This record gives sequence, C-alpha cells and structure tokens, in this order.
Amino acid sequence: MSLSAEDVERIAKLARIRVDANEVVAYQTQLNGIFGLIEAMQAADTADIEPMSHAQDLFQRLRADVVTEPDRRAAFQAIAPQTENGLYLVPKVIE
Amino acid sequence: MSDATLKSLSVLLAEGKTSSIELCQDYLARIQSLNVSLNAFISVDADKTLAEARAADALRASGQGGLLTGVPIAHKDIFCAEGWLTTCGSKMLSNFISPYDAHVIEQFKAAGMPCLGKTNMDEFAMGSSNETSFYGAVRNPWDAERVPGGSSGGSAACVAARMAPAATGTDTGGSIRQPAALCGITGLKPTYGVVSRYGMIAFASSLDQAGPMAQTAEDCALLLNVMAGFDARDSTSLERPKEDYTRSLHQPLAGLRIGLPREFFGPGLVGDTAKAVEAAIAQLRKLGAETVEVGLPNSNLSVAAYYVLAPAEASSNLSRFDGVRYGYRTPEYRDLTDMYEKTRAEGFGSEVKRRIMIGAYVLSHGYYDAYYIQAQRLRRLIANDFSTAFQQCDVILSPTAPTTAFKLGEKTADPVEMYLSDIYTIAVNLAGLPGMSLPCGFDAQGLPIGLQLIGNYFDEARMLGVAHQYQLATDWHARAPTL
Repeated sequence: MSLSAEDVERIAKLARIRVDANEVVAYQTQLNGIFGLIEAMQAADTADIEPMSHAQDLFQRLRADVVTEPDRRAAFQAIAPQTENGLYLVPKVIE
Repeated sequence: MSDATLKSLSVLLAEGKTSSIELCQDYLARIQSLNVSLNAFISVDADKTLAEARAADALRASGQGGLLTGVPIAHKDIFCAEGWLTTCGSKMLSNFISPYDAHVIEQFKAAGMPCLGKTNMDEFAMGSSNETSFYGAVRNPWDAERVPGGSSGGSAACVAARMAPAATGTDTGGSIRQPAALCGITGLKPTYGVVSRYGMIAFASSLDQAGPMAQTAEDCALLLNVMAGFDARDSTSLERPKEDYTRSLHQPLAGLRIGLPREFFGPGLVGDTAKAVEAAIAQLRKLGAETVEVGLPNSNLSVAAYYVLAPAEASSNLSRFDGVRYGYRTPEYRDLTDMYEKTRAEGFGSEVKRRIMIGAYVLSHGYYDAYYIQAQRLRRLIANDFSTAFQQCDVILSPTAPTTAFKLGEKTADPVEMYLSDIYTIAVNLAGLPGMSLPCGFDAQGLPIGLQLIGNYFDEARMLGVAHQYQLATDWHARAPTL
C-alpha cells in the first residue's frame, strides 16, 4: 500500500489538521514509511481470533442516578479561549 | 542528601533529623542549578512546593503523618494538578492552568508528598527520546549530548540527576521503562487498571498506565502503595482489595522460575547490552532463581499492531483539542472549520499530527477491518503468548531497550527508527501486564543499561521482590552521574 498526495490531503481533512501544499510530500513520505512498518501485520494468520479491544474484561459500571458533581462552570470557563454569559463562543455556524 | 532514597528520607523525617521544608529547599536549589542544562522540568513553583512542605511538616508534628509524609516528588506534566500549568509537552496546552487534580495527584497530596514541579515529556507522550516536547529536548544526565529516552524523559532525568528523589511517569508503549533504562533508574508500569487514569491526559486509553520512577525497586513499591487504588471516575479502574506492594521484597529467589523469551535474545541483542543482561541472569541464578526458555512468537508484530491501535485511540482522544473549551486557539480564522484546522495545525507538533493522521486513516471507511480489527486480533495473539509463557515461569526477563541512550537528533529524521526503540516494551502494554526496568550495568561509554522484568497480571509485588533482591546483591542502581 502507498498513500498518494490526495490521500494525505483527505486524511488531513478527516483529522481537521491544516496541511499546507508544501508539507504534503513530507507527510506522504513519513506516513508511507510508518505504513511500511504496519504492513508486516498482514502476514499474520488471525482467522478465528477474537479482536481484543482491551486488556481487562470489563463491564461498564452503573451508578445511582443522582447529582455527584458540584457546579464549577466559572472555574472551567475561566480557562476557555472565549466565553460570554456562561457560553463558549465559536464562529457563527448557522446563518 | 541528594543520593538518598525515599526509604532513607522517610527514616530521617521520622527521626526528626530533617524536615520537609529543608528537603524541598535542597531539591529546589539543585533543580535551579541543573535545570538550565538538563531541561528536565517544564514548571517549578517554589512557593507552592514550600507551602505543601510546611503543611507536611505540620502533619508530621501532629503525629498524623504517614510513611512518606514530607518526602517530595516530581510529577510528569501529563497529570492535571490544580493551579499548576499542565502542558503535556504541547503548545496546545501552553496556557492550560488545570482547574482540578488527577487521581494520582490527589493520592500524593493525601500522603503529604509535596510536588517539586512538573517534568518535561514528549508531546502528548508520543516519542521515545523526549525530543518532540514543545519545551525543548531533555538532556541525559549521563551525557548531555544524548537523549534521556521518552516519553517520561524529564521524570527519568530528574531522578537520575538527583533533582528529585522520585517522579511519576506514564507508560503507553514503554514510556516509563525505556527512559528509566536510558537514565539508569528504576521504573514500573503497573497492570492496566491498577492506577486511575482520571486527570491523566489521554493518549491511547486502552494502553495508558501511570507508574512510579525512583532509584530503587523498594522505593517504587512504596510509591505504588500511594498511587494504586480504585477510582470510580476512571471507567477502567479495577475494584480490588488494597495491596501492600512491599510484601514480597524480602522473599528469597530460591525456586523462582525466570522465563527468557527466545525472540528477545535473538540477533537483535548485541554488544554491551547483551553482556549486561547475561550477567544479570547469572546473578539471579546465583541468588537461587532458575531460568527457562519461553516463546513469544507474535511479539515481532507488536510494534506494527501498536502503531495502528495507539494512533487510532489518539486520533479520537485528541479530537478534544479544538480551541473551544481550553488550550490554544489560532488568532485568525474565517469560520469554524478554519478555526479547528488552523488551531490543530499550529498547536500540535509534527509527531502528534502524524499519529493523529495514521489513526484517522486506519479508522476510516474501507480500512477499518484491514488495519484496526487486524491489529486487535494480533493484540489477542500477543496476550495469549504471555499467558502460555506464564504457565512455565513466574516472571519474564529481557533487555528494556535495544541500545543505550542515543545522540540527540540521531533518530528524529526517521519516525520508524525511533519507534523501534520500544521493541521490547510494547507487547507488555498490548497485553496489559505489569513491567519494570532496573539498572543492570553500563556500556563502554559509561551509559546505563536497563533490565526489563515482566510479571503476570497483578503480580507487581513478586516482580518488585525479584528486583529488590537483585538490587541488594548489586549496586548499579546506586550509581549516579557526575554533575
């Protein structure tokens, strides 16, 4: 497998990372190198092997449906780039 | 004073021969004189440290102190600590003053252990040399032209340089063990789920685990007693009875079966590292241990599987850094998408961006089965190999890293070459097993060599006991660089 320049641009878009035109070739070379390492995986016979997503066999714990957290909105918003009236501000999305 | 272990500092404090204030002042002075050249700390705040030291002294005076009350510790800058700048080695969090404490930080505060500062690290814990930090590379105290390893490079370097008696680290693919090896200290990654990940900035959630870094195995056991414990705020934290990790330190090694994986003693293991590991095996045999050859036939694919799974989880975890709720936001943007893309392009360094992009790709439509699911299947095979091996042995032994500390810049051009620094450590994270590194010698250039021990699930106490018995018979762990 080899990633094309278009693949790199598409992945960057998926990842929401701006990649300038002059960076594409460098990313392409490095990512292809890494995928070269990853490809070794394909040689392994994994038929009938159950995928392992986690180190422990865990179940999701449930808790009582009661309020446990205090209101710390002011402390959390104090470190935000832009807030107003308790809301996080972002550029206008809907006209 | 600076060569003192936690254990000995605890005795001095208990006997009233020193105070937490005095200890903290000494370590802060050493940090101030050495950090300019080593860059092991991102943040130091003497006022905060000394306030905690005063409180610790008061606690001891009132008779309510514990074993380690008053002994200071440094924390990797991946742990959120209230009121402290918490950067995770990234420009993205260069303005992030944490509004809360990680569980690990809470545990050390409750034990009365003052924080000496926040240590440098590879950006978002992605790296094996500490060179991806936005705050500059850390220098290895044994040779300033060499890397300390990574990602917990600042923690390893500060303990080796005796700027702190101990530090916390995190280990996703070797990030405690490999820098511990390269800096000549002892470090332990616990069984996945033993230490809460709450407030520990996430890289790959199914692999990340915090652990202690110190001069000795005994100190690591004392620190793990503080760090470990159930925490409902981490959904993967395990509900288990509290353990005393020092309980097997004095267990003789007679009858212990040490597994030697033939795959880790192949042609890749050469030179001084090979000789030092062979000598360590001979020493352990002398102490009564037996050795048995075991097989980990799928371990050669662990690096490949890891570089699918860890980036996949990272691409999801790091999606939270979007310039909206905290951290860096690009100064100029046209619209929301432009803001996201520029914020992330400017806020993340190139290694982090590469890994996010690999993750986005292997999780994307049409590639998910071929990469992500295949890697998860391999993960099962790798974990099964360990289960089989542990039917024949009690602990597994190998080198920690294929080489000693390499030169700054030596591997930065080729990410794949850097990734291979972790060939002996990654499989342990994939399986979720505990592992540790301890010093076992020096190469011809005087650089430390690390020995890795791998335990079965929840067998930290036995593993620490083996390491402690080895450290009673050797003095590699007691050697410190001349600074």
